[in-house]
Amino acid sequence: MSENIIKITGVKKYFGGVKALDGVDLVIKKGEVHCLAGENGCGKSTIINVISGFYTPDAGTIEIDGKEYSKLTTQMAIDAGVQVIYQDLSVFPNLTVRENLALNMEVASGKKFVSKKRFQEIALEAISKINFKADLDEMVENLTVADKQLIAISRALLNNAKLIIMDEPTTAITQKEVKNLFRVIRDLQKQGIAILFVSHKLDEVFEIAEHFTIFRSGKNVFSGRTEELDEQKFTYYMTGREIQEEAFRYEKRPDAKTVLEVRDLSLANGFADCSFSLKEGEILGITGLLGSGRTELAETIFGYHKADSGEILIHGKKVEIGSVKDGIANGIGYVPPERNVQGLFMEQSIADNISITRWKDHADRLGFVNEKSIEDSVAHWVKELSIKINDPQDNMKTLSGGNAQKCVLAKWLSLDLKVLILNGPTVGVDIGAKYDIYKLTKKLAENGLAVIIISDDIREVLSNCNRVLVMRQGRLAEERMTSELDEASLSALSVE
Amino acid sequence: MNFKRLTKKTEFYIAVIILAFCLLVQVRSGQFFTGNNIVDLLRSMTIPMMFCVGEMMVLISGGVDCSFPAIASLSMYFVCTKMDGMFDNPLPYFLVAMLLGLCMGAVNGFIVAKFKFPAMIVTLGTSSLFLGIMQGILGSSEYPLTSGLYSLGSTKLLTAVNAKSGLTSDLPVHFAFMIILVILAWLLMNKTMLGRAIYAVGGDEVAAARAGFHVFGTRMFIFCLSGALAGFIGVCRSSMLLTVSPNNMIGMEMDVIAACVLGGVSLIGGRGGIVGAVLGTALMTIVSNSLILLGVSTQWSRVFTGLIIIVGTAVSAIQEQQRKKKLFVTISDKAEVKG
Repeated sequence: MSENIIKITGVKKYFGGVKALDGVDLVIKKGEVHCLAGENGCGKSTIINVISGFYTPDAGTIEIDGKEYSKLTTQMAIDAGVQVIYQDLSVFPNLTVRENLALNMEVASGKKFVSKKRFQEIALEAISKINFKADLDEMVENLTVADKQLIAISRALLNNAKLIIMDEPTTAITQKEVKNLFRVIRDLQKQGIAILFVSHKLDEVFEIAEHFTIFRSGKNVFSGRTEELDEQKFTYYMTGREIQEEAFRYEKRPDAKTVLEVRDLSLANGFADCSFSLKEGEILGITGLLGSGRTELAETIFGYHKADSGEILIHGKKVEIGSVKDGIANGIGYVPPERNVQGLFMEQSIADNISITRWKDHADRLGFVNEKSIEDSVAHWVKELSIKINDPQDNMKTLSGGNAQKCVLAKWLSLDLKVLILNGPTVGVDIGAKYDIYKLTKKLAENGLAVIIISDDIREVLSNCNRVLVMRQGRLAEERMTSELDEASLSALSVE
Repeated sequence: MNFKRLTKKTEFYIAVIILAFCLLVQVRSGQFFTGNNIVDLLRSMTIPMMFCVGEMMVLISGGVDCSFPAIASLSMYFVCTKMDGMFDNPLPYFLVAMLLGLCMGAVNGFIVAKFKFPAMIVTLGTSSLFLGIMQGILGSSEYPLTSGLYSLGSTKLLTAVNAKSGLTSDLPVHFAFMIILVILAWLLMNKTMLGRAIYAVGGDEVAAARAGFHVFGTRMFIFCLSGALAGFIGVCRSSMLLTVSPNNMIGMEMDVIAACVLGGVSLIGGRGGIVGAVLGTALMTIVSNSLILLGVSTQWSRVFTGLIIIVGTAVSAIQEQQRKKKLFVTISDKAEVKG
């Protein structure tokens, strides 16, 4: 018996010539909440796959619960109590909650036939471990991400887990759900289960983790207790560069025109009686819990939904926005929260993705697309937004989250926009790229663009917006200047 | 609660439509609910229904099989011509045809599961290949049915007589095969872990692999099963027709896939079930066979089945779209004062 649930020493893993892990150490004590942080490509996923037995390291030792494994297989890792909750959660959308909870156990025990009674027993046992209330007959595809996550966690607990690895567990859930997740994690900790929490959301990891390990380019750069870190140091270890975040300073100009005005806009099951206005050069934050109507409001201004009543005015003139085409024609750009699904064609080239909103301008009179014109425009945006790419003809999916998000921005900026709506602009984006996006947004506003940022990241709203609207239950509940707020007060406003 | 869930299902709507259509035909012609018409319908649905069972399982696993008519034709033609007169018992013909079908299905399965090529392209390719072997190497043409299968084909479960017109219809023994097949498929899909594996692989392949399911094995199994079934159904078809007609099944794949989709089986995998597939096939058969009772010329039957496919699949596609676009925000009653 050892006090460490896992001890990894000098692990190396190469893929071809690439050193994914270049001799890293990781020690997790029993019952500890340990945070593994690092930018994309630093080796986080590789180490997870080494611990779960999926990759065999090229050098180094793995010790689980005091026992050294020379060749760890996935089954051995599971038997030793290691469970991984992947970012995609690995649930079956087309099956019921009951089946999702019970299937893995039943497969592992080599059962040949389905017994509803046994499924029921396993499912009930699983959800009782974290006091999770769920309708076992519901299809998993109808659940929220947070509930799917709880399913994945309770399923993992069935295998007598001693170490649960959670890969980016908070990217797709709201603050309130994060609080609930943390409650569950602390509960597990009391039962002596260690958690390896992989994330780069600052405020959250500082709240939950006791111990930190930070990787950069396949190497350890920090390992120690949370108290030894502060935000500045954390960012430095992650990125290797000093980043100074500057709050957005909005200079009120007397001649600034009102670009967008929304009057009593309502949409059934979306939001009701929303009125606000936005001047050029402003960055307006809209925050609120998931289900407060913030996304629906943005989508309606963009034209994805058609409002039931109310008016939208652009430069003081009333406009009819009934479709996305109308929205674009009126100079409104929208960066959606799920950029992989809604904002980009992942299987197509980077060049095509950036130029898609302007096909017509790249075509000659006969409608044939001029490749040269596209190349020029892509080269311009790649330079302007410092997007890191190899070849504009590469698939979109080869890019990291931050670079992909910059491509979405490029797509919109190449149009003559009046209003840019960013919904969750830095979800799943590295710290470095995140600051690039913030800097860019501020620059756009300084050049006179009216920007709306929709986010439940309080810190993001406070440091980037001059004014903030808080939505509660489909209504605009508060309007404040960010200068009068701090994190605690804004956070309190949104849940009130 | 349970009834509400039921009404959300595609199967429920198809059942309602079938019922409504039957009543319409009955009211218009007075001939729908007569013994010989029902038996006629059951007979015409026998072969498509069996094909549908196989296709449904392939679709749920996330694949698609366009080659089953070719597999059915080739295995049937091979056993009926090369083994002509060798046995009095029909069983060896079925067994050899199923074995041949299984081998052809294994070719499909191996290419799809091993190299992860799109199943539709692979099976369209092998379909051409198998038909080419039948038409070129075996030089297929019409051929008399071997005696062992002939006697099976003449076996009737029952004969229905229309009291008014005196017309009679026979229900062949193959109908019983079909019923058994449907029951076995239901048991496989719902009561075995293999069935759950098929759903799991079709729902999320990566999650299935992580859960410990054998993804390659499941895909291989599905295509082998589909092939073996096709061999079996091919022999059923020729013995029902009492002649060896090699080109008779070609082109059935699209109607069968359409019937599955109509019954709520998803083309991207993971969703649907045997009940839907059965109802989808029933609806297509009933519509195309009952037009004549409505006074519509049989030449129009393709037009109507085409319309049913388009409207039926569009309805479920639209439902899905609306489900995705549906908003769920609960709006508070009180208009709050801004701070």
